[in-house]
Amino acid sequence: MTAVNEAKTTVTVTIDGKSIEARPGELLIKVAQDNGIYIPRFCWHERMKPVGMCRMCLVEVDGIRGFPPACTMPVSEAMVCHTDTDSVKAAQDGVLELLLINHPLDCPVCDRGGECPLQDTTLAFGPVESRFVEEKRHFEKPIAISDLVLLDRERCIQCARCTRFADEIAGDPLISFVDRGDHTQVLNFPDDPFSSYFSGNVVQICPVGALTAKPYRFKARPWDLATVETSCTTCAVHCRGAVQSSSNQIVRLLGVDSEPVNQGWLCDKGRFGYEHVHSAARVLTPRVGGREASWPQALDAAVAELKSAKNLHGGGAIAMIGGASGTNESAYAWARLTKGVIGTDNVDAQLGDGIAAEVVLGSDRAQISDLDNAAAIVLCAGDLKEELPVLFLRVKRAALELGVPLVDLSAAPHGLSKYVTHALGAAPGEQGLVAEQLASAIGGATPANETIAAATRSIGSREGNIVVILGRTSLAERDDTVVSAAAALGALPRVRFLSALRRSNVHGALEAGLAPGFLPGRVSLDSGRVHFTSNWGSVPAERGLGTEGILRACAEGKIHVLVLVGADPLADFPDRSLAKQALDTVGVVIAIDAFETPSNRRAKVFMPCTLWAEQGGTVTNLEGRVQRVSRKVSASGLALDDWRIASELAQRMGSDFDLETVDEITEEFSRVAPAWAGASTATIRNARDGVVLPFADHLGEVVFRRGGSSLDIEYSLSWEPIRADGDDVAVEASDVDETAEIDRTIATEDALTLFVWDRVVAPRSIPQRDAYALRVNVGRKLYDGGRIVAESPSLVGLKKAPTMLVSSADAARLGVLSGESVKATSSRGSITVELKAARGIAPGTASLGFSADGTGASELIDASVSVTDIRVETLR
Amino acid sequence: MTDTKKIEVRETRIVTRRLHDVVDAWKYENARADGAYQIWADVLRKGDAADLLAQVKASGLRGRGGANFPTAIKWESLPADVFPRYLVINGDEGEPSTFKDREIIEKDPHALVEGVCIEAFACGINKAFIYLRGEFALGYDRVVNAVKEASANGWVGENIQGSGFSLDIVVHRGAGAYICGEESALIESLEGKRGMPRIKPPLPIHSGVYAKPTVVNNVETASTLTHIIKMGGAEYAKLGVGRSTGTRVAAISGHIKNPGIYEIEFGMTFREIIFELCGGLRDDKELKFFLPGGASFQWLVNCDEHLDQVYDIDDITAKLGTTLGSGAIMVYDQSTDPVLVAWRLAKFYAHESCGKCTPCREGTGWIEKILYRMSHGQGRPTDMELLLSMSANVSPDVLRAPFTQTTICPLGPSPVSAVASLEKYFRAEVDAACSGGRPGIAVNVRVNS
Ligand SMILES: Cc1cc2nc3c(=O)[nH]c(=O)nc-3n(C[C@H](O)[C@H](O)[C@H](O)COP(=O)(O)O)c2cc1C
Ligand code: SF4
Ligand code: SF4
Ligand code: SF4
Ligand code: FES
Repeated sequence: MTAVNEAKTTVTVTIDGKSIEARPGELLIKVAQDNGIYIPRFCWHERMKPVGMCRMCLVEVDGIRGFPPACTMPVSEAMVCHTDTDSVKAAQDGVLELLLINHPLDCPVCDRGGECPLQDTTLAFGPVESRFVEEKRHFEKPIAISDLVLLDRERCIQCARCTRFADEIAGDPLISFVDRGDHTQVLNFPDDPFSSYFSGNVVQICPVGALTAKPYRFKARPWDLATVETSCTTCAVHCRGAVQSSSNQIVRLLGVDSEPVNQGWLCDKGRFGYEHVHSAARVLTPRVGGREASWPQALDAAVAELKSAKNLHGGGAIAMIGGASGTNESAYAWARLTKGVIGTDNVDAQLGDGIAAEVVLGSDRAQISDLDNAAAIVLCAGDLKEELPVLFLRVKRAALELGVPLVDLSAAPHGLSKYVTHALGAAPGEQGLVAEQLASAIGGATPANETIAAATRSIGSREGNIVVILGRTSLAERDDTVVSAAAALGALPRVRFLSALRRSNVHGALEAGLAPGFLPGRVSLDSGRVHFTSNWGSVPAERGLGTEGILRACAEGKIHVLVLVGADPLADFPDRSLAKQALDTVGVVIAIDAFETPSNRRAKVFMPCTLWAEQGGTVTNLEGRVQRVSRKVSASGLALDDWRIASELAQRMGSDFDLETVDEITEEFSRVAPAWAGASTATIRNARDGVVLPFADHLGEVVFRRGGSSLDIEYSLSWEPIRADGDDVAVEASDVDETAEIDRTIATEDALTLFVWDRVVAPRSIPQRDAYALRVNVGRKLYDGGRIVAESPSLVGLKKAPTMLVSSADAARLGVLSGESVKATSSRGSITVELKAARGIAPGTASLGFSADGTGASELIDASVSVTDIRVETLR
Repeated sequence: MTDTKKIEVRETRIVTRRLHDVVDAWKYENARADGAYQIWADVLRKGDAADLLAQVKASGLRGRGGANFPTAIKWESLPADVFPRYLVINGDEGEPSTFKDREIIEKDPHALVEGVCIEAFACGINKAFIYLRGEFALGYDRVVNAVKEASANGWVGENIQGSGFSLDIVVHRGAGAYICGEESALIESLEGKRGMPRIKPPLPIHSGVYAKPTVVNNVETASTLTHIIKMGGAEYAKLGVGRSTGTRVAAISGHIKNPGIYEIEFGMTFREIIFELCGGLRDDKELKFFLPGGASFQWLVNCDEHLDQVYDIDDITAKLGTTLGSGAIMVYDQSTDPVLVAWRLAKFYAHESCGKCTPCREGTGWIEKILYRMSHGQGRPTDMELLLSMSANVSPDVLRAPFTQTTICPLGPSPVSAVASLEKYFRAEVDAACSGGRPGIAVNVRVNS
């Protein structure tokens, strides 16, 4: 291409006399804002397409008649715009007057009062007295449009932010405008509530108090709230958020707009799940033998059990499951306690519902933002909408708005099905086989079928990486199907993996070494042995067991003490009967938890721990991004942070960690963990969007906050995208304030290589399904029987009993009607469940939700077999 | 201007000839016997789309839907090589007093279908939608029937007359919203969405139905095409005056002796139209004022300057600040209360405002409320000032025409035309209407509406 043909990359525009360089086509309102000129607006939202509805942003542009709205006006070369002339002010005042004529005088009782742009603009520029003497428009106040959201139509200014969000961003077009003229109102369809997993976002972005969320309604006034930036750890996406409290009670979590992570959005489980922190069911006092005890008594009792098991049977008689729900620092402390002090490698942060740590830690990783410009996205995971909701939004956007091909290896319909461009139709357990076919076609072999050929063609025509979203496709299968898919696809040069493990800080826990065969910082037990022995004193001699092995060993009497750190195997392990056998047999259970669960009910020692927002530190999301979580309220009762419990136990076991603060752990972590080498606590604290592991490879991407850790709340509060303050480009160390000194020296003296998975997989054979059986795919649901939903009053009602989906052909063959209850029987057991005939599911396959409360699907699953086949009978 | 004045005052029936002259012209046999589809057959035989464009360009035809946009220029703006592209015929005709398209739709639907065929061929379009106003029950049946008969007789469908050209025509009935006559709202409605205007750009010609290039034309515009091809563009352009070439079907109603549709050659005066063509006012009462171009633009009154104004799109705008709009003329005699008329028009716009943009959604309702009390004995002395000043929120230069707008589409400013007309011509009536109100009295107790 010659220089003449190249598109011009910038244009020069003049706004209020100021000459500004901008990208052609960028919206005037944005260009002005980026250059410090704020044009008032209500309907425009940076993350959604402009609609030009409210007309608050009217400006004058030389050569254009009248008053074009700045939010729909793309800038062009030599454009001259005026935002502050008398006529512009008059036009904007006119719009404001009209917005107010039918607006109720609710400010004193309105939740938005104090952070309302309509109120603020009126106070600043509005008319003193209303010229409207008629009666205002009336609607019933407020009406529930879903279980979580209420709508006051009198306060609505018809900006369509909520309806656009529902349609454009969430893909749930369940609210819309009805009626006309000054009776135009937002409404859901009759009998069809706005039951979107993302409904809380509309409450946040509604400029006025028209939409309110039940959990926050009437709880506080914005000026009384204390705010701190944090990450949501309800799932492994770690959306950025701002948690707000009043009188030591969390009252609201707002989405913070982090471009690489969540683009401002939260899911409802993450947004409203904070309620569980204040649940009355919290265990707030240590217990020994079921009785309340003091901390010294509990710690001593636990240490006595640990010591006696270790002395009698060796460290291997002790196992730990869990550690995925706290911070990186807690995970590190527990890794050091179990592996360095107790001397056991029977440690697993996953509950048999994930993927082998080797695959997660040792494959080429992608970042969330790589989805936006991927050559293709390959889905080899569970239902992202149910498991990692905000990641679902990002994938949906990539497929729908950015034209990225979406290749699907799923065996059952899921939230992204309607956006899939190439459905490869894998049967349950056969994702590995289909992935091999896809990989060999991409590698140049003749495609196995036309669908694979089409997928290969569309991938081949695009630049960029192929991002494989890799998670556990089904809890009714062993992880070997996913592992073999990863092995096949991982051999291709352009493939990068985005982990879809869902549990909270599971990635941080794996990076901290809470997996058999691993030590902190992505090194294997063997390669890190010397380094960690010198730092910790000792490490286990041999590779230990993962959760399935631990439970089996418990059941066989080989493990004497089982430590559950925020883990509930009876609820979460896919094979309930194995979990039950293990817990019934094991001698001693030591529980570190915030709640009593069926798994820890008979714990010998119960040590209450703090929860999210009660603890500070760092967490690591599914792309390996380390971000901060913040403490906002004080610890409930006598609860202690997980890391402190580990450190107290270590001391009583005769090994003083000498770690007194979270920062000290972060420092030690960065000093000893190879993947963390290169970053200091100051780097992590001041990195606006966190730092991706391994740090040494990603320090160049870091953007530092300008003024420390404040949120950008210049224009108003929650209705506009909330940005963590920061520059858009990486800055030099000298530009950052002193506390943010970057330590770029990498701890190279040990020359540790980070673990790389060799992609060797054991050969596997999938049994034939007999013609009468259905092969079942079991996936998680967002509102399941887990703790967060169960202990959050606003969410608990949203839990639905799982249903089983089959094809209508199978329903007909079985002689059952959609909606009928049936008995499903596997080699393990049987359950009664409601059956539904559904589209998009292949004959021979059934799809069943996992209830996560120890009932349902987990009674059918046998962890030792690779797929689960069931027979279905009617109850009639 | 005397030279443009026609010696004989009569209609020039081109588009409307068949519906007047042929009994039951809506029936295929009758229309066909009168020559329907003959031009279409010729066009297919010649197969020269470029010539069609040239003829239409030469004819000077401007859209008859109200915006007067030159049809050939619209066609020429179609992005080359983007397919599929669509043709949409706007038969939503919902403006008060406008009923000219309805006559064609109900009485001569084959004229419309033939025009659609020719237009689709000229623009390289294989799928056309005819969007009809929801209330046109008879019209819908007739157009559906006409399309069916045209298909049965090989004028529409696959490989028409062996020409290799195919055209599918879909007839769609609206759901009763005036705003769906605005072309982008119409397209939204056609796509199954709530009828609300889109933000422009992009214009429909670049991104219309299903985000594809879309030509939107009015029923009368399309029906005229056949005649332009038949006569030749240059010949057609000889009719009319200035850039207003040809004829315009005007719907004339109100206090008039002979209401109905009249096909007027551009260049007549309003005096000729009202007093000669339509026979003057009912019961020979005295004219008070008239709406020269539908309900959305400023009014004219009983004075020589206004009555001697020629029917010419550009001339009337330049001289009197109003326009010929939707092609309707409404005539009012001396018994009429102009404030009441203004209120009734405002009530229509307040009711039909789609609610998308603030100034129209809230402003039309407020205008209506003020005019209501003014026209119902409750006007306050400050009301006209209030009306003018709050109208500026919707249409900043209230009295100026063509109006400027703070709104998305021109619906919002439409009732402001009535307010401006009151201010310009009826201050005495307004002052009388503004003297009755007692501030203490509730103002929105309605006696009737
Ligand atoms: C509020 C509003 C209502 C309209 N209603 C109609 C209508 O009923 N019929 C029509 O042909 N054009 C109507 N128009 C004009 C159309 O937007 C469009 O200009 C026209 O259909 C183009 O066709 P033409 O070029 O053949 O006139 C309306 C415009 C507005 C702003
Ligand atoms: S409810 Fe709120 S977000 Fe939705 S249209 Fe009304 S003001 Fe806008
Ligand atoms: S997607 Fe995950 S991290 Fe984000 S808000 Fe929901 S639960 Fe929290
Ligand atoms: S001007 Fe009125 S009709 Fe037009 S878009 Fe705005 S609200 Fe809708
Ligand atoms: S912000 Fe531009 S019209 Fe609403």
